[in-house]
Amino acid sequence: MIADRAKPFVLPLVLVTAAEIGARASHLQSDTLAAPSEIAVALLASAVDGSLLVATRDTLLSAFAGLAIGAAIGLAAGLALGLVDTLDRALEITIEAIRPIPSVALLPIALIALGFGYRMEIAIVAFACVWPVLIFTRAAVRDVEPRLSEVARALRLTPWAKATKIVVPAALPRIFVAFRLAAGVALIVAVTVEIAVNPLGLGAAIMTAQQALQPALMLALLVWIGLVGFALNAGLVLAQRRLFGRFAPAEEPR
Amino acid sequence: MSAWGNGAAATTSSGGRIAFAGVGIDLGGKAIIENLSFTVDPGEFVCIVGASGCGKTTALRLAAGLYRPSRGTVSFSGAAMTGPRRDIAIVFQDYGKALLPWRTAAGNVALALEAAGVPSAQRAPRIDALLDKVGLPAHGAKYPSEMSGGMQQRLQIARCLAQEPAALLMDEPFGALDAMTRQGLQDEVLALVGASGATVIFVTHDLEEAIYLGDRVIGLLPHPGRIGLDLKVDLPRPRDQLATREHPEFLRLRRELFDFIRTSEA
Repeated sequence: MIADRAKPFVLPLVLVTAAEIGARASHLQSDTLAAPSEIAVALLASAVDGSLLVATRDTLLSAFAGLAIGAAIGLAAGLALGLVDTLDRALEITIEAIRPIPSVALLPIALIALGFGYRMEIAIVAFACVWPVLIFTRAAVRDVEPRLSEVARALRLTPWAKATKIVVPAALPRIFVAFRLAAGVALIVAVTVEIAVNPLGLGAAIMTAQQALQPALMLALLVWIGLVGFALNAGLVLAQRRLFGRFAPAEEPR
Repeated sequence: MSAWGNGAAATTSSGGRIAFAGVGIDLGGKAIIENLSFTVDPGEFVCIVGASGCGKTTALRLAAGLYRPSRGTVSFSGAAMTGPRRDIAIVFQDYGKALLPWRTAAGNVALALEAAGVPSAQRAPRIDALLDKVGLPAHGAKYPSEMSGGMQQRLQIARCLAQEPAALLMDEPFGALDAMTRQGLQDEVLALVGASGATVIFVTHDLEEAIYLGDRVIGLLPHPGRIGLDLKVDLPRPRDQLATREHPEFLRLRRELFDFIRTSEA
């Protein structure tokens, strides 16, 4: 049992140890690499002096605000498109044309319109988060068990009652998966925007460390971003299990 | 006490008359049913049997208002059907798909009451009474996934009874259940329907089930679906799983129905 749980940690530990030994044996002096122990020290130091927490706060603030806005728009649009066929057909081309635009390609426009800072970053994160939520929600609404739609018809539910009592609850587990994906996208896009232009958060901190020739700090921030993303996803997976775990599909007749 | 209405009205016959007049329907460019005419009297229990592809289920969906006829009219208590009505309830065979998996048993029954605009304060006692009626008194807090197939089908029946239907339409409701569960549910449905006075159309591929339950058995011929047989079942009520099935009349009807199905498939 314990051995099973420990297995996934073996490879990372071996690699870190190997890196440490390699760095010491070669008396590593580099602008891009650092020994794991130096990285750990740099991470601890930036945590102690508060700079890590401020940068994390800035990044997560932008990521979460953008996620909230983008997911809300994606959810509303996905529901509307999934429920109303004519609307879906009317907007299909428009959506398919806008969706492939990489969110980062909007940086120049967003920069002119909104300037540096949270607002611009939030807007770009929101744009990136709309699509996965919209596409998943629309598909989930479309795929609601046809039998349930008939039950709604037989009971003469109003369109609003059908949406709130049948369609949304039936689609919710898949919508939550979309939200989880969007959360990952939000963090990636937020850090990308910070690395590219925005003097905020963890992305900007990495750039600063790189330009100051502090590879240990730069790599420490990289490790930290990985940990934040991991924790975010783990938290959402846990929430997903708590919320939807027991709603396994009911026993099906043959 | 009764979930069927207020006081005395509960025990009187409250069924509606279902009438098919020259009904035809095309689905996917093909005539599924042609020139189908029959009447089901208020409170009557009619079973529909037939070879697969004879349009049994389609006929039931026409009666439910889920399909509209391409030709002819389906009427209920004198009014032409234009769509589903809340006083006509339909029990689907695939209970696993017809129940809301995210709602408890009580919540599933509540759906019908919510649809009918019953105030929330009045729902709980009615839900309890309905679950009690279908033999699920202690299972209100369970989710469908925690219930056996038979229990799930009882739950779907409870939700239909919550509509206080004047007609109950059942589409092979016990087709997916084992023999023991099926017999128990047959007797329960007879008791529930007898108490309510609802008109029933019951589609099944089990010929003995049709005779056991029905006042009448209609046999459909396939391609396109049309009436081939209309049998009156003169067997005493209440029906009994042993005595009824050994009754000479039961055996005679069974022979007649088997012959009909065999020739219709040939």
